[in-house]
Amino acid sequence: MIDAPAHVPLAYLRAAPEPALPAPIFSRGALAWMRENLFSSWISGALTLILLALCLWLIPPLVAWATIDAVWSAPDGALCRAHQDGACWAFIAKKMDYFRYGSYPQSERWRVDLTEIVGAILIVWLLWPRARRRDIGAGLFFVGFPILAFVLLRGAPPLGLPVVDTVLWGGIFVSLLTALVGIVFSLPLGVLLALGRRSSLPVVRLASVIYIEFVRGVPFITVLFMANFMLPLFLPEDWTPDRLLRPLIGTVLFAAAYMAEEVRGGLQSINKGQFEGAMALGLNFSRMMGLVILPQALTLVIPGIVNNFIGLFKDTTLVSVVGLLDFLATIENAAKDTAWIGPTIAPTGYAFAALFYFVFCFAMSRYQAFMERRLAAGRRR
Amino acid sequence: MSDGGEPAIIAGPAPLLHGGVPFDAANLTGGAMARAPQPDATSLVNDPRARGYTYQILLVAALIGLVWSVSHNAYVNMQARGIPMGFGFWDQTAGFDINQTLIPYSSLSTYGRAFWVGLLNTALVGALGIALATPLGFAIGVARLSPNWILAKIAMVYVEIMRNTPLLLQLLFWYNAVLKALPNPRESISLHGVVWLNNRGLYVPHPQFAAGAEWIGVALVMGVAGAVGFRFWARRRQELTGQPAPVGAVATLLSLGLPALAYFAAGRPIDFDLAKAAGYNLSGGVPIRIELAALVFGLVTYTAGFIAEIVRAGVLAVSHGQSEAAGALGLHRGLTMRLVVIPQAMRLITPPLTSQYLNIVKNSSLAVFIGYPDLVQIFAGTVLNQTQAAVQVMAITMGVYLTISLAVAFALNLYNARQALKER
Repeated sequence: MIDAPAHVPLAYLRAAPEPALPAPIFSRGALAWMRENLFSSWISGALTLILLALCLWLIPPLVAWATIDAVWSAPDGALCRAHQDGACWAFIAKKMDYFRYGSYPQSERWRVDLTEIVGAILIVWLLWPRARRRDIGAGLFFVGFPILAFVLLRGAPPLGLPVVDTVLWGGIFVSLLTALVGIVFSLPLGVLLALGRRSSLPVVRLASVIYIEFVRGVPFITVLFMANFMLPLFLPEDWTPDRLLRPLIGTVLFAAAYMAEEVRGGLQSINKGQFEGAMALGLNFSRMMGLVILPQALTLVIPGIVNNFIGLFKDTTLVSVVGLLDFLATIENAAKDTAWIGPTIAPTGYAFAALFYFVFCFAMSRYQAFMERRLAAGRRR
Repeated sequence: MSDGGEPAIIAGPAPLLHGGVPFDAANLTGGAMARAPQPDATSLVNDPRARGYTYQILLVAALIGLVWSVSHNAYVNMQARGIPMGFGFWDQTAGFDINQTLIPYSSLSTYGRAFWVGLLNTALVGALGIALATPLGFAIGVARLSPNWILAKIAMVYVEIMRNTPLLLQLLFWYNAVLKALPNPRESISLHGVVWLNNRGLYVPHPQFAAGAEWIGVALVMGVAGAVGFRFWARRRQELTGQPAPVGAVATLLSLGLPALAYFAAGRPIDFDLAKAAGYNLSGGVPIRIELAALVFGLVTYTAGFIAEIVRAGVLAVSHGQSEAAGALGLHRGLTMRLVVIPQAMRLITPPLTSQYLNIVKNSSLAVFIGYPDLVQIFAGTVLNQTQAAVQVMAITMGVYLTISLAVAFALNLYNARQALKER
């Protein structure tokens, strides 16, 4: 009989569990990640290697072009013509004032700066989700700021600000101005058009639909041409609108149609109960819209409005076709300066413009994505 | 607006008009009643229908007034400036040259002819742009969803750069900084003397057709028809028996092999006229001008970024269960995409994709900036400047774009009606 006493430990039985072996080297850490994401199959691995080689072939020369081989400071184009394998940042540095203000008089440029700073503060106030009293911010931005900008930029002799002719305006501030005017004035117009399109009155609806579809069906350039060549014909002879004002009117009319479609999307996503509730409270149409529907609808379309703004900001480059000097046009002009002319000037100018537009638009699109997530959070269950 | 919240009762016989019991009469007869009964007649101001009619009449009157004053002003201004009123300029001699024409045109042709040249050039850019941007956009959109990290990241960087910089900047970059920087015609880059590239354009061989070449065309049509027929037959058979057929190989063989056979059978009737260096320029060949190349390339790379996002969103919207089920059936990733996910995603992709196609056509008007002779550059540019007939020229130009947009929107609505989920 084999009857071992219970207290004698059996040598072949484990008393404690063996510590777990580490996972195989290919399924943990960086190696696992690489196997999963870079070399999951033969084709994927080959693709990874080809793409890596492509990056190595493209990126270092590009970085060298922009940094090591670039000319950072020079009085004129001679040095840049001598160093043809690098960017000519000296050109950008020298022409920066022109890119920012165009030919706006040197002594009055503080007015542009001030307008830009006030505008930036108001925009942050308006777009910062946790800012207080955004209604005041909106009021200042949509009513106060346009007046302030007009007085500051154009000038008001009674206030001691000499008038600056719009022929002298140019550069980044004209691009920003065009986009901001487009948004500020197209929003109310777009809201009206959207309400018109959703109206139960057939004539109002038809007029709104025709306007929206007409504008959305034609290129922006033709709208600009129309504003530039036909507006003076359509108005009484003694009212010739300013050369800056004409494209701005075209921009607003163009942007309003796109804004209307965004706002319509917002209106459509408002629950029917909100309309019925407002009517049950005895609110009339304008109060129902102003107090109940539009505050909700417009909050919902903030991402869409920002998206429109990005598109409009990119489209402002087209205003140079009717003779406005926007940022891109100042770059084109500056590149023709005989003191600087050279093979690296155009690529440098375009690289700088691309960087400027990219930073601006990318930041806006990140904000848009953030707002989209934030607004969706309230509806998620 | 006078639609204040308080029910304002207007003076006069308004309540009687509605045939209801007049407010005062009710009050007089029921003197003992504690509270006044509600009037069941609304005044005209508060009658939504009456108000609706008023607003609409006001709007129509305002629009008529606007149109009248605009046309009156235009008439006065155009007469004062001696601008032609009618469309008489259409048949006048244009007197300017166009450097790329798809139909015969010379400076002796009419403005009307110049319009058609511009329209065809716009159509060429639109067709090329759509044909090239679609596959590129789909490829990048699918690449963004690839399990390969580096491929997905590169696709993402591409999309962000394209979407966040202006199209005009990209066009000017390709035109001024890349294509204009190519060597001049005397130092053309040549690929074995067949294809030449310089800062004026890309010169490709010009095919010269001799007698018998028409048989190649016939063979091509027959080959393609045969390939389509084979595909139908193969699908039918696969559905009935489950046996697949090598459709791709057979179709390629038929549609390429038959014309090649005809080419040799007819005694090689096609001759290629190659471009040759001749003094300061090249002669012969078909030049693809750099303006066209820059415009098409810029439009395609830009729009592909937008199409990629549309495709990505569409693919992500297809329920995950669909691709899991396809995987469970043993389809690999490529087939899952092609046979299961993309067909379902197409329902979501098509409407925004169509609007991107329209954007390509509309954005081709940026040709103005790089001197490609499209509709806007020729007609709204040169013709407008020469004839001064701004109203007529702009109306025609906008009418063309509007017609294209409305036609495409109509076609899209038909498609949507067909594609909508059939629910029981």
